[in-house]
Amino acid sequence: MPTLTIDNVHVEVPEGTSVLKAAEKAGVKIPTLCYLEDVQAIGACRVCLVEVEGARALVASCVTPVAEGMKVHTNSKRARSARKTVVELILSDHCGDCQTCERNEDCELQDLARTLGIREIHYTGAKSRQMVDESTPALVRDTAKCVLCRRCVTVCNETQGVGGLFPQNRGFDTVIGPAFCSDLDDVVCVQCGQCGAVCPVGAISERDQIDEAFAALEDPTKTVVVQTAPAIRAALGECFGYPPGTLVTGKMVSALRRLGFDAVFDTNFTADLTIIEEGNELLSRLKKALVDKEPVALPMFTSCSPGWIKYIEYFYPDMLDNVSTCKSPQQMFGAIAKTYYARKIGKKPEDMVVVSIMPCTAKKFESQRPEMHDSGVRDVDIVLTTRELGRMIKQAGIDFHSLPDDKMDSPIGLSSGAADIFANTGGVMEAALRTVYELVTGKPFPFNNLHVEPIGGLEGVKEAAITFEETVPEWSFLKGVTARVAVAHGLGNARSIIERVRSGEAQYHFIEVMTCPGGCIGGGGQPRLTTNEVRKARIGAIYKEDEGKQLRKSHENPDIKKLYEEFLGHPLGEVSHHLLHTHYKPRVKV
Amino acid sequence: MTEKSACQCMEEVSEEELLARLDDVIAEYRVKPGALIPVLQIAQAMFGYLPESAMKKISLGLNKSYSEVAGVVSFYSFFSTVPRGRHMIRVCLGTACYVRGGKQVLEALKEKLGIDVGETTEDRVFSLDVARCFGACGLAPAIMVDNDVHQRVKPARIQAVLDQYLDKDAAAAANAGR
Repeated sequence: MPTLTIDNVHVEVPEGTSVLKAAEKAGVKIPTLCYLEDVQAIGACRVCLVEVEGARALVASCVTPVAEGMKVHTNSKRARSARKTVVELILSDHCGDCQTCERNEDCELQDLARTLGIREIHYTGAKSRQMVDESTPALVRDTAKCVLCRRCVTVCNETQGVGGLFPQNRGFDTVIGPAFCSDLDDVVCVQCGQCGAVCPVGAISERDQIDEAFAALEDPTKTVVVQTAPAIRAALGECFGYPPGTLVTGKMVSALRRLGFDAVFDTNFTADLTIIEEGNELLSRLKKALVDKEPVALPMFTSCSPGWIKYIEYFYPDMLDNVSTCKSPQQMFGAIAKTYYARKIGKKPEDMVVVSIMPCTAKKFESQRPEMHDSGVRDVDIVLTTRELGRMIKQAGIDFHSLPDDKMDSPIGLSSGAADIFANTGGVMEAALRTVYELVTGKPFPFNNLHVEPIGGLEGVKEAAITFEETVPEWSFLKGVTARVAVAHGLGNARSIIERVRSGEAQYHFIEVMTCPGGCIGGGGQPRLTTNEVRKARIGAIYKEDEGKQLRKSHENPDIKKLYEEFLGHPLGEVSHHLLHTHYKPRVKV
Repeated sequence: MTEKSACQCMEEVSEEELLARLDDVIAEYRVKPGALIPVLQIAQAMFGYLPESAMKKISLGLNKSYSEVAGVVSFYSFFSTVPRGRHMIRVCLGTACYVRGGKQVLEALKEKLGIDVGETTEDRVFSLDVARCFGACGLAPAIMVDNDVHQRVKPARIQAVLDQYLDKDAAAAANAGR
């Protein structure tokens, strides 16, 4: 292992380590901008320049590998002054409306200027052209704020394999954007918002709907209910300075109540409902294949993640029959809230407003899909990201830290631990297996602490197999059958699994896909910046929430049973079909 | 980057026919690494420019996102997405040509042709563009017309250069008519 000195501190690191990572070990923090751990190291921005003794010029530490005996100075006059010049030049072409920017106090460029002690910008000159793209329901782009770091290009093209964003033009005219500087709506874009999640500045962000939410709350003619996705409780605290992985479920409920929502409910409730519907859908597909010998689309894919749905509509339209027809928990909630719950409280669907708090930008898009009107009006009216909720709570002057813990309301707020784990990769599959196994075998789910370990964790593609040794009479055709399942997170990984399925190389019955790396806890609407370390911390919190509940299996949720008794009838029944299931449409890529 | 010369035979081929030929090109190149730029060059030679229909076909055929195709097309000044004239004039404004009067040559061409940079004359004979260095710095200022480099160009001699191409066209037309 090479040994080197960084600012006179000796460090020994494995061959191939970058100077930047070696410096971390030496206790030296080199400033960066375009660098993004586990995603991108391209030396584009030149902010991480350091001086290496004997080298002709300063080098970008994120792309320079260490060498034996190397002497690195990160804080020499030359390195400091070059770094400052680089940041000043970036600032000279930045629109700089910090006070009114959504990223004020949450901006890596602002931090950099502050850390480097930049008090004056010595360069003035032409500024890049401003183009504001508001073409999509989920995302807003502002080219005047872009620093051309290319993080979004890397996540869009490589992590997600979508390719909506790419550098256009050349030199000073360079714009990071859709083809020929058109709008996002004109190209393939799944609205996942991973671009905005990695953007160091305010160049790509969610479409802010806070004012719409306040307006609904202030309208005396409306009953406004809110649902919170499972991933929010493990991340919202970060907006208020809590470390990643802090569970704030109780404070979140309190905050929502103080904001004035008439009822605070849980998307978890409809996550449990999804498991009942989707589990039964899987079993009915298996029955068709194994007993009735009818042609049926297998493997079945999960359908909770709207970015994934839009992705498969673009890239594999011939496989739409393989996608579960179940709506996502967000949309099931909207449809149930405006029918079942509305009747219970004697309101008409049109007098109700359903607000969702989601870790996701694509959920904004999903709520506006024309088919999501099964209550007679739009099922979900306003979708706020975790970040927007954080800002809304601050705008309302609520001191989050001092809030007491509160509980979700009835009758659509109670959930099992199986619903909590919808928040992370592998969770929907584990939740489904907990229920399907017990339905089929009539025996308790035989996994330690109910966790199916092979499908947990952050590996891109994971798989597991589970054999139904014995069955109850209804599912006797599954006796001895081994169900093979797979899990992918990040659309690039989804693509690799689909290609393996299409080539016949891999065979599965059921595949979970989540659009974002890590699942919803790493969603495009979560507090920035989501690194793998943050993902692990949030997943840890989610499992803690699951393990802390008595109720850990969707089919045991008493309020779900009641919903079927009072309203839905039975899984996959006529009311379910109308309210809880949907269809998809092929989309053209260009 | 070299430009594949445009079809000189002047035959009239429909866009559908050209798009069908483009399919064959894509089929040939799709298995090769780094196919995007060569296919774009061939397409530009076939159509005279890169129409949207051709770029979209290339995007689908080579499995590259349309934004990436557009990114490459808009990066290289040799690619054009608007129909161009029969003859492409590129004025070098690299350092050597610039200091030796490239700018004046450009102004003279603009005035003579009555068009701005990036435009095409109404009769679709000439298009005008700027470029950065053909590697002919020793003989600056230089311009390129189609694939020919003209060196030590003076604003006063512009018409003579243009006439060479007008004469060539006239001869070709006469030949074709015979």
